[in-house]
Amino acid sequence: MPATSCTIRDSARLSAKTRLFTAIVVVSNVTGNSALTHGMKQLGDIGNSPLALIGALFHPWVALGVALLILWTLTHMALLSWADLSYVLPVTAIGYVLTALSGEFLLGETITMEHWAGILLITAGVTLVGVTRPATTMEQTPS
Amino acid sequence: MKWLLVFVLVTSTTLGDVARSRGMKKHGEVREFHPGAIRRALWSLARNKWVILSTGAMAISFFTFVRLLSIAPLSFAVPVSAATLIPETILARLFLGENVDWRRWAGAGLIAAGVVLISR
Repeated sequence: MPATSCTIRDSARLSAKTRLFTAIVVVSNVTGNSALTHGMKQLGDIGNSPLALIGALFHPWVALGVALLILWTLTHMALLSWADLSYVLPVTAIGYVLTALSGEFLLGETITMEHWAGILLITAGVTLVGVTRPATTMEQTPS
Repeated sequence: MKWLLVFVLVTSTTLGDVARSRGMKKHGEVREFHPGAIRRALWSLARNKWVILSTGAMAISFFTFVRLLSIAPLSFAVPVSAATLIPETILARLFLGENVDWRRWAGAGLIAAGVVLISR
C-alpha cells in the first residue's frame, strides 16, 4: 500500500472518529447536567452532609445524570487521547448553545436578541475551530 | 466567598483539563472499544499520574461548581466557568505544545464573548 494513501486514510479515519466522539461528549454533558439539575431541584436543599449526598444518588434523575456524566468523562478522556485540548475545548462549547436553546424551547420562552447574538458568536467560533486539524501533536504516519 | 469559589473553579478546571490531555496523550490513541480493551485501558489509566491528578482536580471543580450554584445564579456561574477557555488555550500552546493557529485563538475569543451574551 503506498504510504501517501495510508496517511490520507488515517487522517480521514481520525476525523470521523473525532466527529463521533465530539457528538457523544456534547450530548452526554448537556443531558447529564440537565438530568442532575432537575433531580437536585426535586430533592430541594439537602444540606452539606456526605450521607445526604450519597442518598441523593438513589434519586432516579440524579442517578441518570451521574450515569451520563460518567459516560461524558470516559468519552472526553478517549477524545483527548488523540485530539488537541485547544480543539476539543472550543468545539464542545456548542453545548452552551444546546443548553440555552433546549431550556428556552422547553419553557416556551422567546429567545432575546442578545441570546441570538451569543448563539451566533459561539456557533461561529465552533465552526472556525472545527475546520482545523484535530490532532497537531501526534506523530504523522511515517511516509 | 463568591470570587474565591470562582478562582478555585477556574484553577481546578484548567488544571483538570490540561492534566487529562497530557495523561491521555501519554497513554496514546484509544483504538479499541470492546469491554476487554476498555478494562485494560482503565487499569492502565488508574496508574497514570497525570490522569490521577486530573481526576482529583475535576472532582474539586465539580463540587465547587455545585457550591457556586447554591450562592449565585446560573447566569453568573456559566459565563465564569467559560473563562477557562483562555488560560487553557494558552497552556495548550505552552505546556502541551499544540499548534494553536489564529483560527483557534479567534474561535476561543468568539465563544467566550458568546457565552457572556447567552448567559444574561
